[in-house]
Amino acid sequence: MFKIKQITSLLAVVAVLFGFATESFAAKKSKTLKNTIKQGFVKCGVSQGLPGFSNADASGNWTGVDVDVCRAVAAAVLGDANKVKFTPLSAKERFTALTSGEIDVLSRNTTWTLSRDADIGLTFVGVNFYDGQGFMVRKNSGMTSVNDFKDGISACTNIGTTTELNMRDFFNSKGISYEPVAFEKADEVVAAYDAGRCDTYTTDKSGLAAQRTKMSNPDDHIVLPETISKEPLGPVVRQGDAVWEDIVRWSLNTMIEAEEYGINSGNADSLKTSDNPAVKRIVGAEGEMGAALGLDNDWSLRIIKQVGNYGESYKRNIADTGILPDRGPNEIWTNGGLLYTPPAR
Amino acid sequence: MNAKFKKIIPQLLTLAFVALVFGFFSYNAQLNMENRGISFGYGFLSQESSFDVQFSLIEYDGSHSYFRAYLVGLLNTILVSVIGIIFATIIGVIVGIARLSTNLLINRAAAYYVEFFRNIPLLLQIFFWYFAALRALPLPEDAEPIFGVIFLTIKGLFIPAFVWNNLDIFLYSLLAAIIATIVIRSYSKRLRENEGKHIPVLYISLGLVIGLPILSFLIGGVKLSFEIPELVQLAKTSFRFNGGLGLPPELIALTLALALYTATFIAECVRAGIQGVSKGQKEAAASIGLTPNQVLKLVIMPQALRIIIPPTTNQYLNLTKNSSLAAAIAYPDLVLVFAGTALMQTGRAIEIVSITMLTYLTLSVSISILMNWYNKKIAIKEK
Repeated sequence: MFKIKQITSLLAVVAVLFGFATESFAAKKSKTLKNTIKQGFVKCGVSQGLPGFSNADASGNWTGVDVDVCRAVAAAVLGDANKVKFTPLSAKERFTALTSGEIDVLSRNTTWTLSRDADIGLTFVGVNFYDGQGFMVRKNSGMTSVNDFKDGISACTNIGTTTELNMRDFFNSKGISYEPVAFEKADEVVAAYDAGRCDTYTTDKSGLAAQRTKMSNPDDHIVLPETISKEPLGPVVRQGDAVWEDIVRWSLNTMIEAEEYGINSGNADSLKTSDNPAVKRIVGAEGEMGAALGLDNDWSLRIIKQVGNYGESYKRNIADTGILPDRGPNEIWTNGGLLYTPPAR
Repeated sequence: MNAKFKKIIPQLLTLAFVALVFGFFSYNAQLNMENRGISFGYGFLSQESSFDVQFSLIEYDGSHSYFRAYLVGLLNTILVSVIGIIFATIIGVIVGIARLSTNLLINRAAAYYVEFFRNIPLLLQIFFWYFAALRALPLPEDAEPIFGVIFLTIKGLFIPAFVWNNLDIFLYSLLAAIIATIVIRSYSKRLRENEGKHIPVLYISLGLVIGLPILSFLIGGVKLSFEIPELVQLAKTSFRFNGGLGLPPELIALTLALALYTATFIAECVRAGIQGVSKGQKEAAASIGLTPNQVLKLVIMPQALRIIIPPTTNQYLNLTKNSSLAAAIAYPDLVLVFAGTALMQTGRAIEIVSITMLTYLTLSVSISILMNWYNKKIAIKEK
């Protein structure tokens, strides 16, 4: 004889099997989504100030490509890209803040590595910037390549990043002895290097380009051409909440795919009647993409209208600010770059 | 029986409550970690650390284990604490006595020093000494040698290194001299107490401590030479010193800041201690014909020390704990190396923070035990 409890659970299984998953069902499954809707803002971890990626202006407005990922999530989930609470974190604090639940999305120029993804309860959802570690030196030192490095060179950097490990791999492979000078915060690294404590400053190249603008005399420094590591930077979520993971992943993918199909904040509304079904799916005029994520069907349209596509975000934050005008690998794949997302269908 | 039981019950309840609270939190932490897919364990300590450290007292590089990295950080913390305590004590005692000087200039200068340094947050002082030093010190190629062999530059202090031959023989001779001195001292004390005879202990001990090591040079085959740091060019405008003993500017700035800051508190302890000895003691000592120096050494100081030691112990503990601010200026102490880089690379926050906390606790308790032992030794022995 069936008990009522068994019948209801059977019904639930049947409902899932037949695709009756509703918005409330996905929301119920995701604790993070439920909490985010309840508190009315997305809890987002960012850097303590890296121009172009996440940087607060004098009145406390955050801008940057990392910031835009969180804004996209807020636009998708809450309908308003401004409903984000930003928490500035040091490299050392970031993962603990995420695993402890202080933040729900970590979008802080964080390198995707195997051990981070698998070992410490985190999941990387994608790549929003392809980067690599490089070196900055003083122009008048005459060094033009890493081949000019000699034994005993002192290198300033941050602790708590992949930088320290790459640096060791690099100098060991070259057989050069070096003095690592590792600071807790980026501002002190810049100050110490600027004062002449170190011969070179090493971190991700995007970071070098951004920090160069903070030097007392930016033109006195150059970034060497070599890249010594792969640094795919991307947003991170806690392991174990698959719905939330999908929301963040597809918020980022929407921005990238929108650029691929030429959809931007200006023309998104008018493209609802486009002839291309792929475009119509991205702006929510065809298909039921939102429901699968526990969202309404305008979620992606809101991202594009309020935050813009990836290209707009890059131009606004990185190119127009003079940090890295050349998009390099961070170009859509159809234009020869590495940005390639699975299709939204 | 009943009364005794009544007395115990509240204590048992309190104990149970504490255990319950502690249990609740550790259970909660365990559950949360499980939910979030974080594993717990200390196995990572034997894994390869794969990061290098700027300054280490033991042989270390990235191919060693995380445990070795922990030791590197611990030793660096102990190093800066010990040097800091020594300097803070010396400066503190001098300034404390100077504050009681009848010379107005000395007196005021000491007072201003104390008020200035103890009222500025330590982290700011550390930044000040570090970045002020970085800005003020010359680049290696511009450094003027001090005594021809010492170079103070933006990349650190470089002094000649001792290169020993047969160092062990030298150390044995020094050890023998020290043991002999202790024996002679206790013998002379017995002699004085039993027969009232004086032997010149000081001269004999000095002779031994200096003479025996010299003898080890002359006939023991001990040789000492110096390795003088020399300038090396890295690039067109980039230089460094090679050879010799190099102390990083981070260590120097941190020691300076810690010593100058803590010395102000020790100076106040010393002043309070000396002022705590009643005036009558000083007058009585003077009236039996002791010189001012003897009064200070034989009458005032032994009594003042009893007042000085306990609060000074606190300052030693503070200095040790404050050394953890090192992370701000890249001195590779326990917090920077272990609770910083190692924590980041492994993601084992709970394990590493608990080890770090236990380590500081052990350090502090050790200092406390040592100082309490010393305090007991100099306390008044009731007969």
